[in-house]
Amino acid sequence: MNRALRPLVATTAIFALAYLAAVVQFPAMFSTRVMGNFLTDNAFLGIAAVGMTFVIISGGIDLSVGAVIGFTTVLNAVLIMWLGLHPLLAFAISLGVAAAFGAVMGAAIHYLKVPSFIVTLAGMFLARGGASVLSPDSIGIKHELYTTISKSYILLPGGGRLTVIGMIMLLVFAFGIVLAHRTRFGSYVYALGGSEVSAGLMGVPVARTTILIYTLSATLAGLAGIVFSLYTSAGYSLSALGVELDAIAAVVIGGTLLTGGYGFIAGTFIGVMLQGLVQTYIVFDGTLSSWWTKIVIGGLLFLFILLQRLVFSAAAPRRKVFWKT
Amino acid sequence: MSIIKKLALAAGVSALLSSAAYADLSGKVIGFSQIGSESGWRAAETSVTKSEAEKLGIDLKFADAQQKQENQIKAIRGFIAQGVAAILIAPVVATGWEEVLTEAKEANIPVILLDRGIDAPQDLYLTSVASDQVKEGRVAGEWLVGAVGDKDCKIVELQGTVGSSPAINRKQGFEEGIKDHANLSIIRSQTGDFTRAKGKEVMEGFLKAEDGGKGICAVYAHNDDMAVGAIQAIKDAGLKPGSDILVVSIDGVPDIFQAMVAGEANATVELTPNMAGPAFAALDAYLTDGTQPEKFIITESKLYTPADDAQGEYDRRKGLGY
Repeated sequence: MNRALRPLVATTAIFALAYLAAVVQFPAMFSTRVMGNFLTDNAFLGIAAVGMTFVIISGGIDLSVGAVIGFTTVLNAVLIMWLGLHPLLAFAISLGVAAAFGAVMGAAIHYLKVPSFIVTLAGMFLARGGASVLSPDSIGIKHELYTTISKSYILLPGGGRLTVIGMIMLLVFAFGIVLAHRTRFGSYVYALGGSEVSAGLMGVPVARTTILIYTLSATLAGLAGIVFSLYTSAGYSLSALGVELDAIAAVVIGGTLLTGGYGFIAGTFIGVMLQGLVQTYIVFDGTLSSWWTKIVIGGLLFLFILLQRLVFSAAAPRRKVFWKT
Repeated sequence: MSIIKKLALAAGVSALLSSAAYADLSGKVIGFSQIGSESGWRAAETSVTKSEAEKLGIDLKFADAQQKQENQIKAIRGFIAQGVAAILIAPVVATGWEEVLTEAKEANIPVILLDRGIDAPQDLYLTSVASDQVKEGRVAGEWLVGAVGDKDCKIVELQGTVGSSPAINRKQGFEEGIKDHANLSIIRSQTGDFTRAKGKEVMEGFLKAEDGGKGICAVYAHNDDMAVGAIQAIKDAGLKPGSDILVVSIDGVPDIFQAMVAGEANATVELTPNMAGPAFAALDAYLTDGTQPEKFIITESKLYTPADDAQGEYDRRKGLGY
């Protein structure tokens, strides 16, 4: 087996074992209903996490994701309910705004040589603040299209539901996998994360790639925002608080190296599902504090950071240095 | 018989007969999706709900949403997947519940809303249990009318957060309570943001403006926390709260009972943290013989004064997490 795939295998094994343990205790957890819920309830997180995976593979970080989701839900609600636009037009505008927002952040990161941490932190404040200025209250979205989408799902045997937003997430993951592993842009992202200097010397268009990465992340966050507004039929400036951190956790648990240059989109999917599993387990148990979700995710993060260190230091003496001295 | 009396009766009977009155709920699994623990009152609501469930032998599945709607929706979906007998929700926002509640309805799981309403068709939930905020204000006003009798009484009012529904409703209710009595008048009214610190600050301002507080006969605060702040300000000004200036407020938190014991507060109207009791009663009737409860169950707004065993009320409440 390819040594580089070990983190992915480890994540998958942990998920399978954890799920098995949960099912032994609560047999009802092994049902298509619960599996359908995993997809539906985590759709917005999964979509945002795909964008985050690209950012982290490239060696950066995007803290604006949760705020962009919140902003998009409000923008959608305002466009549909206050201005009376058709939802599809509102979606297009929202995605456009999110993409432009990401492009500006990417450009700032590259041309001003400011760490992505700082730029996207500013982006986070701007988007969250902007959303609250648009409307501090939750705006309910009532439109035929919203009702139709929330009512359409594929009924799985056993009463589970594969909802539209669950399917959107699966499509985004498929798209992300192809983009990362089968396109030139994908290899540029990996090269950039390995070392920006050598990527530049090898002929990678660093400026364009950086801008595109943050545009992609923000656009997917915008899509996650649309999905979130479909999920709750509302736009609310405080929605998706802290989702960027959940996304980062999913990416790292999925086996992507926080220092960049290495990672899998598929791993992120397992990382998202693992978080959903922990939350569902806590609901089934019904006596644990919901803060245990954070504790378990924190523990897993530590475990994976440790695991990556071990795998990489043992596996590849010829590999590049992961930190600059 | 009014619905409130019925409820009070049901609560009394349940206290006496406990599990016997709710044979049908014993052993049932019920999910409770709570907003979070942002205030003392909410923490008390959680602990009261848990103890009520325990009394009735209910297997309560509790999920704290940490103020996030997505967590509440996830929890409700989890409850449905688990096949619970019923779901209680204290909704964090009013919008966005149709889809998940429709799913619960399709799974034949009754849903009961606690202490807040939602923007969704009424057939998606069995009933909603909440307090009547206007009535809370009215009860406070009526108490003051009785307490001052024919004497002239100038009242200062500490309002809640501007624009919030409890502030609007409790103001309206209090004004209704005193409106037929010309000897009572509100001379100053300002927001104290529901906080102790702000309540003290605003009260200090009132006292300065009214010649050291000589003209003020009573202070009405929209919640107990602001009243506790005001009591401090009155003491600092060298007056005796509770006798020189009467103090009436709403909520019934432990600290106000402590102030009553010290003779510094005169009355409070309780916003009961026991929303689950009436909810379980309605649910029991519904599951037993399909009795449809009222769509909006209003909890009792009970008035407490130092004569109502303030020390005992304090002892009963102090462990609830307020």
